[in-house]
Amino acid sequence: MSRAVQVLAPVFGALSILAAWQFLLPLSGLPAYIAPTPTKIFAVFVTQTDLILTNFLPTATEALAGFLFGNLAAMMFAILFAYARFIRVAYFPVVLFFNTIPILALSPIIILIFGLGMTPKIIIAAIICFFPTLVNMIRGLASATSSEEELFRMLSATRFETFLRLHLPRALPMLFSSLRIASATAVIGAIVGEWIGADKGLGALIIQATFNYQSDRLYAAIVASSSLSIALFALVALIEARVMRGWAR
Amino acid sequence: MRAAAVETERLHIGYVNGRDAVTVLSEVDLLVPEGEFLMILGPSGCGKSTLLRVIANLLDPLGGRIAVLGGAPEAARRARRTGFVFQDATLLPWRTVLQNIRLPAVVGGRQSKDLPAARVEEVMALLGLSGLESRYPSQLSGGQRQRVAIARALVDEPEILLMDEPFGALDEITRDRLNDELLSIWRETGTTILFVTHSIEEAVYMGQRIMVLGANPGRILNVRDLRPIKSADNACKREDPAIVAEIAAQRRLLAEAS
Repeated sequence: MSRAVQVLAPVFGALSILAAWQFLLPLSGLPAYIAPTPTKIFAVFVTQTDLILTNFLPTATEALAGFLFGNLAAMMFAILFAYARFIRVAYFPVVLFFNTIPILALSPIIILIFGLGMTPKIIIAAIICFFPTLVNMIRGLASATSSEEELFRMLSATRFETFLRLHLPRALPMLFSSLRIASATAVIGAIVGEWIGADKGLGALIIQATFNYQSDRLYAAIVASSSLSIALFALVALIEARVMRGWAR
Repeated sequence: MRAAAVETERLHIGYVNGRDAVTVLSEVDLLVPEGEFLMILGPSGCGKSTLLRVIANLLDPLGGRIAVLGGAPEAARRARRTGFVFQDATLLPWRTVLQNIRLPAVVGGRQSKDLPAARVEEVMALLGLSGLESRYPSQLSGGQRQRVAIARALVDEPEILLMDEPFGALDEITRDRLNDELLSIWRETGTTILFVTHSIEEAVYMGQRIMVLGANPGRILNVRDLRPIKSADNACKREDPAIVAEIAAQRRLLAEAS
Protein backbone atom coordinates (compact mmCIF):
# COMPACT_ATOMS: atom_id res chain seq x y z
CA MET A 1 0.00 0.00 0.00
CA SER A 2 1.46 3.37 -0.98
CA ARG A 3 2.03 6.13 1.53
CA ALA A 4 -0.66 8.33 -0.03
CA VAL A 5 -3.26 5.57 0.37
CA GLN A 6 -2.23 4.99 3.97
CA VAL A 7 -2.77 8.66 4.77
CA LEU A 8 -5.89 9.17 2.68
CA ALA A 9 -7.72 5.94 3.56
CA PRO A 10 -8.62 6.96 7.14
CA VAL A 11 -9.69 10.40 5.90
CA PHE A 12 -11.92 8.69 3.36
CA GLY A 13 -13.27 6.37 6.06
CA ALA A 14 -14.20 9.24 8.35
CA LEU A 15 -15.71 11.33 5.54
CA SER A 16 -17.79 8.39 4.29
CA ILE A 17 -19.34 7.93 7.73
CA LEU A 18 -20.01 11.68 8.03
CA ALA A 19 -21.63 11.66 4.58
CA ALA A 20 -23.79 8.68 5.50
CA TRP A 21 -24.81 10.44 8.72
CA GLN A 22 -25.60 13.63 6.85
CA PHE A 23 -27.68 12.11 4.06
CA LEU A 24 -29.07 8.86 5.42
CA LEU A 25 -30.08 10.09 8.90
CA PRO A 26 -32.96 12.34 7.71
CA LEU A 27 -34.34 9.37 5.76
CA SER A 28 -34.50 7.25 8.93
CA GLY A 29 -37.10 9.54 10.50
CA LEU A 30 -35.06 9.99 13.69
CA PRO A 31 -36.05 13.35 15.23
CA ALA A 32 -33.45 16.13 15.05
CA TYR A 33 -33.53 16.68 18.84
CA ILE A 34 -32.00 13.22 19.24
CA ALA A 35 -29.46 13.32 16.44
CA PRO A 36 -28.73 16.47 14.43
CA THR A 37 -26.87 16.26 11.12
CA PRO A 38 -23.11 17.04 11.00
CA THR A 39 -23.71 20.34 9.19
CA LYS A 40 -26.08 21.48 11.98
CA ILE A 41 -23.42 20.65 14.57
CA PHE A 42 -20.76 22.40 12.58
CA ALA A 43 -23.01 25.44 12.26
CA VAL A 44 -22.95 25.85 16.05
CA PHE A 45 -19.18 26.39 15.91
CA VAL A 46 -19.69 29.15 13.32
CA THR A 47 -22.78 30.93 14.65
CA GLN A 48 -22.16 30.47 18.38
CA THR A 49 -18.36 30.66 18.50
CA ASP A 50 -18.43 32.75 21.67
CA LEU A 51 -20.62 30.27 23.51
CA ILE A 52 -18.34 27.35 22.61
CA LEU A 53 -15.18 29.27 23.40
CA THR A 54 -16.28 30.61 26.79
CA ASN A 55 -17.18 27.08 27.81
CA PHE A 56 -14.15 25.45 26.18
CA LEU A 57 -11.53 27.56 27.94
CA PRO A 58 -12.46 26.72 31.56
CA THR A 59 -12.60 23.01 30.77
CA ALA A 60 -9.29 23.16 28.92
CA THR A 61 -7.68 24.99 31.86
CA GLU A 62 -9.05 22.50 34.38
CA ALA A 63 -8.06 19.47 32.32
CA LEU A 64 -4.56 20.78 31.63
CA ALA A 65 -3.94 21.83 35.24
CA GLY A 66 -5.35 18.55 36.54
CA PHE A 67 -3.18 16.65 34.05
CA LEU A 68 -0.06 18.48 35.19
CA PHE A 69 -0.68 18.31 38.95
CA GLY A 70 -2.01 14.75 38.92
CA ASN A 71 0.86 13.36 36.89
CA LEU A 72 3.54 15.36 38.71
CA ALA A 73 2.21 14.13 42.04
CA ALA A 74 2.08 10.58 40.68
CA MET A 75 5.70 10.78 39.52
CA MET A 76 6.88 12.11 42.86
CA PHE A 77 4.99 9.46 44.80
CA ALA A 78 6.30 6.78 42.42
CA ILE A 79 9.88 7.85 43.13
CA LEU A 80 9.14 7.87 46.86
CA PHE A 81 7.54 4.43 46.74
CA ALA A 82 10.29 3.03 44.53
CA TYR A 83 13.15 4.10 46.78
CA ALA A 84 11.69 4.22 50.30
CA ARG A 85 10.77 0.66 51.10
CA PHE A 86 9.06 1.38 54.41
CA ILE A 87 6.88 4.08 52.93
CA ARG A 88 5.88 1.77 50.10
CA VAL A 89 4.95 -1.06 52.45
CA ALA A 90 3.10 1.28 54.79
CA TYR A 91 1.23 3.50 52.34
CA PHE A 92 0.84 1.69 49.03
CA PRO A 93 -2.15 -0.34 50.31
CA VAL A 94 -3.80 2.92 51.35
CA VAL A 95 -3.30 4.31 47.86
CA LEU A 96 -4.72 1.09 46.41
CA PHE A 97 -7.79 1.43 48.60
CA PHE A 98 -8.23 5.06 47.64
CA ASN A 99 -8.17 4.05 43.99
CA THR A 100 -11.13 1.71 44.47
CA ILE A 101 -13.41 4.65 45.37
CA PRO A 102 -15.30 5.56 42.16
CA ILE A 103 -14.41 9.10 41.13
CA LEU A 104 -18.13 9.85 40.66
CA ALA A 105 -18.73 9.03 44.31
CA LEU A 106 -15.83 11.15 45.41
CA SER A 107 -16.60 14.20 43.31
CA PRO A 108 -19.52 15.61 45.39
CA ILE A 109 -17.30 15.59 48.49
CA ILE A 110 -14.60 17.49 46.64
CA ILE A 111 -17.18 20.01 45.40
CA LEU A 112 -18.47 20.36 48.97
CA ILE A 113 -15.00 21.12 50.24
CA PHE A 114 -13.77 23.40 47.47
CA GLY A 115 -16.96 25.04 46.25
CA LEU A 116 -18.05 25.69 42.71
CA GLY A 117 -14.90 27.26 41.23
CA MET A 118 -12.24 25.65 39.08
CA THR A 119 -10.28 24.14 41.97
CA PRO A 120 -12.49 21.09 42.59
CA LYS A 121 -12.53 20.26 38.86
CA ILE A 122 -8.75 20.47 38.72
CA ILE A 123 -8.55 18.19 41.74
CA ILE A 124 -10.95 15.66 40.21
CA ALA A 125 -8.99 15.68 36.93
CA ALA A 126 -5.75 15.29 38.89
CA ILE A 127 -7.07 12.35 40.92
CA ILE A 128 -8.27 10.56 37.82
CA CYS A 129 -4.80 10.89 36.24
CA PHE A 130 -2.91 10.00 39.39
CA PHE A 131 -3.25 6.27 39.86
CA PRO A 132 -2.42 4.88 36.38
CA THR A 133 0.66 7.08 36.19
CA LEU A 134 1.72 6.09 39.71
CA VAL A 135 1.53 2.38 38.98
CA ASN A 136 3.18 2.66 35.55
CA MET A 137 5.97 4.87 36.87
CA ILE A 138 6.73 2.50 39.78
CA ARG A 139 6.97 -0.39 37.33
CA GLY A 140 9.01 1.68 34.90
CA LEU A 141 11.52 2.67 37.59
CA ALA A 142 12.09 -1.02 38.31
CA SER A 143 12.40 -2.04 34.66
CA ALA A 144 16.18 -1.84 34.21
CA THR A 145 17.73 -5.20 33.33
CA SER A 146 19.99 -6.98 35.79
CA SER A 147 23.04 -6.40 33.60
CA GLU A 148 22.24 -2.67 33.48
CA GLU A 149 22.13 -2.65 37.28
CA GLU A 150 25.44 -4.52 37.33
CA LEU A 151 26.96 -2.07 34.85
CA PHE A 152 26.15 0.84 37.17
CA ARG A 153 27.48 -1.06 40.17
CA MET A 154 30.64 -1.85 38.22
CA LEU A 155 31.08 1.88 37.64
CA SER A 156 30.50 2.55 41.36
CA ALA A 157 27.55 4.81 40.52
CA THR A 158 25.82 6.40 43.50
CA ARG A 159 22.14 5.72 44.18
CA PHE A 160 21.24 9.13 42.80
CA GLU A 161 23.31 8.62 39.65
CA THR A 162 21.69 5.24 39.09
CA PHE A 163 18.28 6.87 39.50
CA LEU A 164 19.05 9.75 37.17
CA ARG A 165 21.00 7.92 34.47
CA LEU A 166 19.34 4.51 34.50
CA HIS A 167 16.03 4.14 36.33
CA LEU A 168 14.49 7.43 35.21
CA PRO A 169 15.22 7.02 31.47
CA ARG A 170 14.13 3.37 31.73
CA ALA A 171 10.80 4.55 33.19
CA LEU A 172 10.08 6.95 30.32
CA PRO A 173 8.37 4.54 27.90
CA MET A 174 5.91 3.39 30.57
CA LEU A 175 5.46 6.93 31.84
CA PHE A 176 4.57 8.22 28.39
CA SER A 177 2.13 5.41 27.74
CA SER A 178 0.25 6.37 30.90
CA LEU A 179 0.44 10.09 30.02
CA ARG A 180 -1.23 9.28 26.71
CA ILE A 181 -4.08 7.63 28.58
CA ALA A 182 -4.18 10.49 31.10
CA SER A 183 -4.60 13.02 28.29
CA ALA A 184 -8.08 11.59 27.73
CA THR A 185 -8.98 10.90 31.35
CA ALA A 186 -8.04 14.40 32.50
CA VAL A 187 -10.74 15.81 30.21
CA ILE A 188 -13.22 13.26 31.55
CA GLY A 189 -12.35 14.37 35.09
CA ALA A 190 -12.90 18.04 34.30
CA ILE A 191 -16.26 17.37 32.62
CA VAL A 192 -17.49 15.09 35.42
CA GLY A 193 -16.59 17.82 37.90
CA GLU A 194 -18.57 20.34 35.90
CA TRP A 195 -21.61 18.06 35.78
CA ILE A 196 -21.85 18.04 39.53
CA GLY A 197 -21.69 21.77 39.96
CA ALA A 198 -20.64 24.46 37.52
CA ASP A 199 -22.18 27.29 35.54
CA LYS A 200 -19.61 27.24 32.77
CA GLY A 201 -17.44 24.72 31.02
CA LEU A 202 -18.19 22.04 28.44
CA GLY A 203 -19.66 19.79 31.15
CA ALA A 204 -22.10 22.50 32.19
CA LEU A 205 -22.93 23.18 28.53
CA ILE A 206 -23.66 19.47 28.00
CA ILE A 207 -26.08 19.42 30.95
CA GLN A 208 -27.83 22.66 29.94
CA ALA A 209 -28.13 21.64 26.29
CA THR A 210 -29.54 18.25 27.25
CA PHE A 211 -32.26 19.72 29.48
CA ASN A 212 -33.21 22.27 26.82
CA TYR A 213 -33.31 19.72 23.97
CA GLN A 214 -30.64 21.76 22.12
CA SER A 215 -29.11 18.72 20.57
CA ASP A 216 -26.94 20.66 18.10
CA ARG A 217 -25.27 22.44 21.05
CA LEU A 218 -24.97 19.16 22.96
CA TYR A 219 -23.20 17.48 20.05
CA ALA A 220 -21.02 20.53 19.47
CA ALA A 221 -19.96 20.39 23.13
CA ILE A 222 -19.10 16.70 22.68
CA VAL A 223 -17.02 17.47 19.59
CA ALA A 224 -15.26 20.27 21.49
CA SER A 225 -14.41 17.98 24.44
CA SER A 226 -13.05 15.29 22.21
CA SER A 227 -10.97 17.91 20.35
CA LEU A 228 -9.57 18.90 23.72
CA SER A 229 -8.55 15.29 24.42
CA ILE A 230 -7.00 15.00 20.99
CA ALA A 231 -5.03 18.22 21.47
CA LEU A 232 -3.73 17.04 24.84
CA PHE A 233 -2.88 13.63 23.37
CA ALA A 234 -1.03 15.27 20.48
CA LEU A 235 0.93 17.41 22.93
CA VAL A 236 2.00 14.31 24.88
CA ALA A 237 2.93 12.48 21.66
CA LEU A 238 4.96 15.50 20.52
CA ILE A 239 6.89 15.71 23.79
CA GLU A 240 7.40 11.94 23.74
CA ALA A 241 8.86 12.07 20.23
CA ARG A 242 11.21 14.87 21.26
CA VAL A 243 12.35 13.23 24.48
CA MET A 244 12.72 9.73 23.09
CA ARG A 245 14.09 10.44 19.64
CA GLY A 246 16.75 7.93 18.69
CA TRP A 247 15.96 5.11 21.02
CA ALA A 248 13.43 3.31 18.93
CA ARG A 249 12.95 -0.20 20.17
CA MET B 1 58.44 -12.17 38.57
CA ARG B 2 55.12 -10.64 37.54
CA ALA B 3 52.50 -9.82 40.12
CA ALA B 4 49.21 -11.69 40.26
CA ALA B 5 46.20 -10.06 38.65
CA VAL B 6 43.84 -12.48 40.34
CA GLU B 7 44.67 -14.95 43.08
CA THR B 8 42.18 -17.19 44.86
CA GLU B 9 42.56 -19.76 47.58
CA ARG B 10 39.85 -22.31 48.38
CA LEU B 11 37.36 -19.83 46.98
CA HIS B 12 33.77 -20.84 47.56
CA ILE B 13 31.17 -19.13 45.41
CA GLY B 14 27.42 -19.28 45.02
CA TYR B 15 24.22 -17.47 45.80
CA VAL B 16 22.40 -16.74 48.99
CA ASN B 17 18.79 -17.67 48.43
CA GLY B 18 16.78 -16.59 51.44
CA ARG B 19 18.43 -18.43 54.32
CA ASP B 20 20.13 -21.05 52.17
CA ALA B 21 23.47 -20.69 50.51
CA VAL B 22 23.54 -22.40 47.13
CA THR B 23 27.04 -23.48 46.20
CA VAL B 24 27.99 -23.01 42.58
CA LEU B 25 31.74 -23.67 42.71
CA SER B 26 33.98 -24.57 45.62
CA GLU B 27 37.68 -25.04 46.26
CA VAL B 28 38.75 -22.72 43.46
CA ASP B 29 42.50 -22.16 43.54
CA LEU B 30 43.43 -19.84 40.72
CA LEU B 31 46.48 -17.75 39.96
CA VAL B 32 46.28 -15.40 36.99
CA PRO B 33 49.51 -13.47 36.34
CA GLU B 34 49.25 -9.91 35.11
CA GLY B 35 48.94 -9.66 31.36
CA GLU B 36 47.58 -13.16 30.86
CA PHE B 37 44.77 -14.06 28.48
CA LEU B 38 42.80 -16.70 30.39
CA MET B 39 39.77 -18.42 28.98
CA ILE B 40 37.17 -19.87 31.33
CA LEU B 41 35.33 -22.59 29.44
CA GLY B 42 32.36 -24.64 30.49
CA PRO B 43 28.73 -25.60 29.87
CA SER B 44 25.81 -23.54 31.20
CA GLY B 45 25.39 -23.82 34.94
CA CYS B 46 29.04 -24.56 35.70
CA GLY B 47 29.54 -21.26 37.51
CA LYS B 48 31.85 -19.54 35.05
CA SER B 49 29.86 -16.29 35.01
CA THR B 50 29.44 -16.43 38.78
CA LEU B 51 33.20 -16.73 39.20
CA LEU B 52 33.69 -13.70 36.96
CA ARG B 53 31.16 -11.72 39.01
CA VAL B 54 33.00 -12.52 42.23
CA ILE B 55 36.26 -11.25 40.70
CA ALA B 56 34.41 -8.12 39.51
CA ASN B 57 32.94 -7.60 43.00
CA LEU B 58 29.42 -7.79 41.62
CA LEU B 59 28.89 -10.73 43.97
CA ASP B 60 30.48 -11.62 47.31
CA PRO B 61 32.12 -15.02 47.72
CA LEU B 62 30.65 -17.45 50.27
CA GLY B 63 34.07 -18.31 51.58
CA GLY B 64 37.77 -18.61 50.87
CA ARG B 65 40.19 -15.90 49.90
CA ILE B 66 40.40 -13.74 46.79
CA ALA B 67 42.83 -10.98 45.85
CA VAL B 68 42.47 -8.81 42.77
CA LEU B 69 45.64 -6.86 41.90
CA GLY B 70 46.89 -7.60 45.39
CA GLY B 71 43.86 -6.20 47.21
CA ALA B 72 40.16 -6.66 47.75
CA PRO B 73 37.99 -6.99 44.62
CA GLU B 74 35.98 -4.01 45.85
CA ALA B 75 39.03 -1.75 45.92
CA ALA B 76 39.92 -2.80 42.36
CA ARG B 77 36.36 -2.11 41.19
CA ARG B 78 36.17 1.26 42.94
CA ALA B 79 39.49 2.35 41.45
CA ARG B 80 38.25 1.25 38.02
CA ARG B 81 41.11 -1.21 37.77
CA THR B 82 38.68 -3.89 36.61
CA GLY B 83 36.36 -3.56 33.63
CA PHE B 84 33.41 -5.76 32.71
CA VAL B 85 31.86 -6.64 29.35
CA PHE B 86 28.42 -8.21 29.50
CA GLN B 87 26.99 -10.86 27.22
CA ASP B 88 24.21 -8.56 26.00
CA ALA B 89 26.36 -5.45 25.33
CA THR B 90 24.16 -3.52 27.82
CA LEU B 91 24.26 -0.24 25.93
CA LEU B 92 21.79 2.35 27.14
CA PRO B 93 19.37 2.81 24.22
CA TRP B 94 18.79 6.52 24.99
CA ARG B 95 22.49 7.37 24.71
CA THR B 96 24.46 7.63 21.49
CA VAL B 97 27.58 5.54 20.88
CA LEU B 98 29.74 8.41 22.12
CA GLN B 99 27.56 8.97 25.19
CA ASN B 100 27.61 5.26 25.98
CA ILE B 101 31.39 5.14 25.80
CA ARG B 102 31.55 8.24 27.99
CA LEU B 103 29.22 6.74 30.60
CA PRO B 104 32.13 5.84 32.92
CA ALA B 105 32.92 9.56 33.00
CA VAL B 106 29.48 10.71 34.08
CA VAL B 107 28.81 8.27 36.92
CA GLY B 108 30.87 6.97 39.79
CA GLY B 109 31.53 10.03 41.91
CA ARG B 110 35.12 11.14 41.99
CA GLN B 111 36.31 8.99 39.10
CA SER B 112 33.84 10.78 36.92
CA LYS B 113 35.93 13.87 36.15
CA ASP B 114 37.92 14.68 33.07
CA LEU B 115 37.97 11.90 30.56
CA PRO B 116 39.98 13.50 27.76
CA ALA B 117 38.27 13.56 24.38
CA ALA B 118 41.52 12.23 22.90
CA ARG B 119 41.22 9.07 25.02
CA VAL B 120 37.66 8.50 23.79
CA GLU B 121 38.78 8.97 20.18
CA GLU B 122 41.70 6.63 20.73
CA VAL B 123 39.55 3.84 22.12
CA MET B 124 36.96 4.34 19.37
CA ALA B 125 39.67 4.05 16.75
CA LEU B 126 41.03 0.94 18.48
CA LEU B 127 37.61 -0.71 18.17
CA GLY B 128 36.97 0.57 14.63
CA LEU B 129 34.07 2.75 15.75
CA SER B 130 35.20 6.10 14.35
CA GLY B 131 32.36 7.80 12.50
CA LEU B 132 29.62 6.09 14.51
CA GLU B 133 29.71 8.60 17.40
CA SER B 134 26.18 9.90 17.01
CA ARG B 135 24.46 6.61 16.19
CA TYR B 136 22.04 5.11 18.68
CA PRO B 137 22.40 1.44 19.74
CA SER B 138 19.24 0.55 17.80
CA GLN B 139 21.06 1.63 14.63
CA LEU B 140 24.02 -0.72 15.18
CA SER B 141 24.67 -4.36 14.29
CA GLY B 142 25.24 -6.92 17.03
CA GLY B 143 28.99 -6.89 16.42
CA GLN B 144 29.14 -3.08 16.53
CA ARG B 145 27.23 -3.08 19.82
CA GLN B 146 29.76 -5.41 21.40
CA ARG B 147 32.56 -3.21 20.09
CA VAL B 148 30.96 -0.22 21.83
CA ALA B 149 30.63 -2.26 25.02
CA ILE B 150 34.32 -3.18 24.87
CA ALA B 151 35.26 0.44 24.16
CA ARG B 152 33.25 1.54 27.21
CA ALA B 153 35.02 -1.04 29.37
CA LEU B 154 38.45 -0.01 28.05
CA VAL B 155 37.99 3.75 28.18
CA ASP B 156 39.35 4.19 31.68
CA GLU B 157 42.19 1.81 31.06
CA PRO B 158 41.44 -1.07 33.42
CA GLU B 159 44.25 -3.46 34.24
CA ILE B 160 41.90 -6.45 34.14
CA LEU B 161 39.15 -6.92 31.60
CA LEU B 162 36.44 -9.41 32.61
CA MET B 163 34.37 -10.60 29.67
CA ASP B 164 31.23 -12.66 30.16
CA GLU B 165 30.50 -14.49 26.89
CA PRO B 166 30.62 -11.20 24.99
CA PHE B 167 30.43 -12.85 21.57
CA GLY B 168 28.03 -15.64 22.51
CA ALA B 169 25.08 -14.18 20.64
CA LEU B 170 26.97 -13.21 17.46
CA ASP B 171 27.16 -15.08 14.20
CA GLU B 172 30.30 -17.15 13.67
CA ILE B 173 31.84 -14.88 11.04
CA THR B 174 31.49 -11.75 13.18
CA ARG B 175 32.70 -13.67 16.21
CA ASP B 176 35.85 -14.88 14.46
CA ARG B 177 36.66 -11.34 13.39
CA LEU B 178 36.08 -9.96 16.89
CA ASN B 179 38.27 -12.75 18.31
CA ASP B 180 41.16 -11.49 16.19
CA GLU B 181 40.46 -7.86 17.03
CA LEU B 182 40.37 -8.63 20.74
CA LEU B 183 43.67 -10.49 20.48
CA SER B 184 45.32 -7.51 18.82
CA ILE B 185 43.86 -5.15 21.45
CA TRP B 186 45.29 -7.43 24.11
CA ARG B 187 48.71 -7.38 22.46
CA GLU B 188 48.58 -3.59 22.18
CA THR B 189 47.34 -2.80 25.69
CA GLY B 190 48.78 -5.62 27.78
CA THR B 191 45.52 -5.80 29.72
CA THR B 192 44.88 -9.00 31.65
CA ILE B 193 41.82 -10.63 30.12
CA LEU B 194 39.56 -13.22 31.75
CA PHE B 195 37.16 -14.37 29.09
CA VAL B 196 34.21 -16.63 29.79
CA THR B 197 32.86 -18.72 26.93
CA HIS B 198 30.97 -21.89 26.16
CA SER B 199 32.65 -22.21 22.77
CA ILE B 200 35.53 -24.70 22.77
CA GLU B 201 36.93 -23.29 19.51
CA GLU B 202 36.93 -19.76 20.87
CA ALA B 203 38.60 -20.87 24.09
CA VAL B 204 41.40 -22.76 22.36
CA TYR B 205 41.92 -20.09 19.70
CA MET B 206 42.24 -17.14 22.04
CA GLY B 207 43.56 -18.34 25.38
CA GLN B 208 47.08 -18.64 26.64
CA ARG B 209 45.55 -20.89 29.24
CA ILE B 210 42.08 -22.42 29.53
CA MET B 211 40.34 -23.19 32.76
CA VAL B 212 37.77 -25.88 31.98
CA LEU B 213 34.78 -26.14 34.29
CA GLY B 214 32.20 -28.92 34.57
CA ALA B 215 28.58 -28.63 35.70
CA ASN B 216 26.40 -30.56 38.17
CA PRO B 217 28.17 -30.06 40.45
CA GLY B 218 30.27 -27.11 39.28
CA ARG B 219 33.95 -27.97 39.49
CA ILE B 220 37.28 -27.31 37.82
CA LEU B 221 38.00 -30.12 35.37
CA ASN B 222 41.31 -28.97 34.06
CA VAL B 223 43.60 -25.99 33.62
CA ARG B 224 45.39 -26.26 30.32
CA ASP B 225 48.43 -24.27 29.23
CA LEU B 226 48.28 -23.64 25.47
CA ARG B 227 51.45 -21.58 25.15
CA PRO B 228 53.51 -24.56 23.96
CA ILE B 229 51.32 -24.94 20.87
CA LYS B 230 51.15 -21.22 20.07
CA SER B 231 53.66 -18.59 19.03
CA ALA B 232 55.18 -16.18 21.53
CA ASP B 233 52.51 -13.49 21.01
CA ASN B 234 49.72 -16.03 21.54
CA ALA B 235 48.96 -16.32 17.84
CA CYS B 236 47.83 -19.47 16.14
CA LYS B 237 46.02 -20.66 13.04
CA ARG B 238 42.59 -22.18 13.33
CA GLU B 239 43.56 -24.99 10.95
CA ASP B 240 46.87 -25.80 12.73
CA PRO B 241 46.73 -29.57 13.53
CA ALA B 242 47.84 -28.93 17.12
CA ILE B 243 44.94 -26.49 17.61
CA VAL B 244 42.46 -28.85 15.95
CA ALA B 245 43.68 -31.72 18.14
CA GLU B 246 43.40 -29.52 21.23
CA ILE B 247 39.79 -28.63 20.41
CA ALA B 248 38.98 -32.33 19.98
CA ALA B 249 40.67 -33.18 23.29
CA GLN B 250 38.74 -30.50 25.21
CA ARG B 251 35.49 -31.61 23.58
CA ARG B 252 36.14 -35.19 24.76
CA LEU B 253 36.98 -34.01 28.26
CA LEU B 254 33.76 -31.96 28.52
CA ALA B 255 31.64 -34.77 27.07
CA GLU B 256 33.04 -37.30 29.54
CA ALA B 257 32.45 -34.94 32.45
CA SER B 258 28.79 -34.36 31.70
